[in-house]
Amino acid sequence: MQKMMEKRALELLGDGTVNRVLGWSAGDFIYDVTPAVFKTAEEVQDKFLYNDFCGANLSKYLVKESRKEGKILVFLKPCDTYSFNQLIAEHRIIRENIYAIGVECFGKADEEKLRAKGITGITGIEMKDGTYTVHTVYGDETVKAYEVMADRCLSCKSKKHVAYDELLGSEGEVVEDCNRFDMVEKLEAMTPDERYEFWRGELSRCIRCNACRNICPACTCEQCVFDNPNSGVSQKAAVNSFEENMFHIIRAFHVAGRCTDCGECSRVCPQHIPLHLLNRKFIKDVNTFYGEYQAGENPEAKPPLGKYEKNDIEPGEAGGAKA
Amino acid sequence: MQDVKEFRPKIVAFCCNWCSYAGADLAGSARLSYPADVKIIRVPCSCRVNPMFILRAFQRGADGVIMAGCHPGDCHYTSGNYFARRRMTLLFSMLDYLGIERERTRVEWISAAEGAKFSKTMNEFVDTITALGENKRLEDLRCKK
Repeated sequence: MQKMMEKRALELLGDGTVNRVLGWSAGDFIYDVTPAVFKTAEEVQDKFLYNDFCGANLSKYLVKESRKEGKILVFLKPCDTYSFNQLIAEHRIIRENIYAIGVECFGKADEEKLRAKGITGITGIEMKDGTYTVHTVYGDETVKAYEVMADRCLSCKSKKHVAYDELLGSEGEVVEDCNRFDMVEKLEAMTPDERYEFWRGELSRCIRCNACRNICPACTCEQCVFDNPNSGVSQKAAVNSFEENMFHIIRAFHVAGRCTDCGECSRVCPQHIPLHLLNRKFIKDVNTFYGEYQAGENPEAKPPLGKYEKNDIEPGEAGGAKA
Repeated sequence: MQDVKEFRPKIVAFCCNWCSYAGADLAGSARLSYPADVKIIRVPCSCRVNPMFILRAFQRGADGVIMAGCHPGDCHYTSGNYFARRRMTLLFSMLDYLGIERERTRVEWISAAEGAKFSKTMNEFVDTITALGENKRLEDLRCKK
C-alpha cells in the first residue's frame, strides 16, 4: 500500500496537479507516526510512511492547508472521509484546492496494547488475514489483530469512503453491526450514582491539555469559547470537579450533531479518558430522538441541531425532570 | 444553643421575555404566591439560553435550574423555542448520563396568560429540589460562601 501511495504522490507532484502532499511520516519511532506536509519528491521518497500505526485523521489540517497557494494532495482513510465531508458541509475547507485519495484501512494497531503484550522495540508492522506481524529488534512476533487493535477500530462504523477523487483499493462498505453504542448502553443501565462515580473517575484525570479539542476535526472555530479570557476557564488546568465536568460537557455539546465519531479525541488523550463515550451519547440520542443521522455521510444534509420538528420529544421525557 | 438552619434551595429560572416573564408578572398581579427561592433571569427567548448558562448557574450555587419559554408554536421569533427544545433535550440527557440528578433541570412552557401555571410549576419545582437537597455534583467550592 505504501508503495502505491508513494508512486501516486510522486506522479501527481511530478505532473504539477498538486504542489504539496499531506500524509504521514515517522516520528522518533515507527509507531509514533505524525502528520506531515511534503513539498518535494525527495521528501516523499525519504519520509512518507503509511503503516498500521497511521491513525491520525488528516482532514482537519486541510482547514489551513486548503487556503494556501496551489492544490494539495491528501490521503484519507474511510473514517477520515466523513470528517472531510463534514468540513465541506460547514464550508471550512476549500474543496477545489484538494486532491483526495481514499486509502483502504482495516483498523489501526494500538502501540500501547502491543506494549502491554510485551512487544517492544518495534521496527515495523504488517497485517495479513487478521494477523499482525510485528518486526522488533528482538525478532518477529505475530499477534491476532483484534487483540491489539485500537478500541475505536474494533467498533468501526464504516469502511466506506464517502468522498474522494481517486481510490486506492476498494471503496469499502458501511459496517452495519458495529456495536459502537455497547458501552453507552452499559452506562445508561447503571444507576445515577454509579454513573457519577464512573465519570468522576474518568474526568478527574483530565489535565486540560486541550488535545481533544485541538485534534477534533469538528472543532475548527477560529476562537474557541475556552480561549476566551473572560470565561474563567481559558488555558488553565481544571482546578475542581466542576470545571472538569463543564469542559467536557461543553466540548462534547459543541460538536453534537456534527461529530462523525472518528475517535481522535480518545486516541490523543494522554490520560486515556474515554471521551468518545460522551460524543457517542449525543450521537445515540440524536439517532433515537430525531432519526438516524450520520454526520459527514451526506454534505447536503441538515444538521440535527439546525432544524426541528413540531412534535419533537420534550426535554422532560429525555433527561430532565418530567413535567 | 444550637442553630439548625433550614435548607432553602436556590433556584434559577430562565424566563422568556414574551411569555414566561409576563406569566410571572401575572402571577404577581393575581396574588398567586411562589417561593422567593426562585430567582428569575429574563432572556429575550428561550433559545438565548446557552448550555453554558445552565452549567454556570449550578457553578454559582444554584440547586436547580428551570427554563421557561413560550409554548411550542407560539415563539415570538417563530421558531426559537423549537431549537431550544432540541438543545435542552440533549443537554439534560447528557447531565443524566454523567450522573447528575435529572430532577435538577427542567423545561416548562408557560404563556403570558398562565400566571397560575407559573406559580404551580415553581412551587412544585422548589418542593422537588428541597427534597433532593443541596447540589453537590455540579458545585464549585470557590463560589460557595
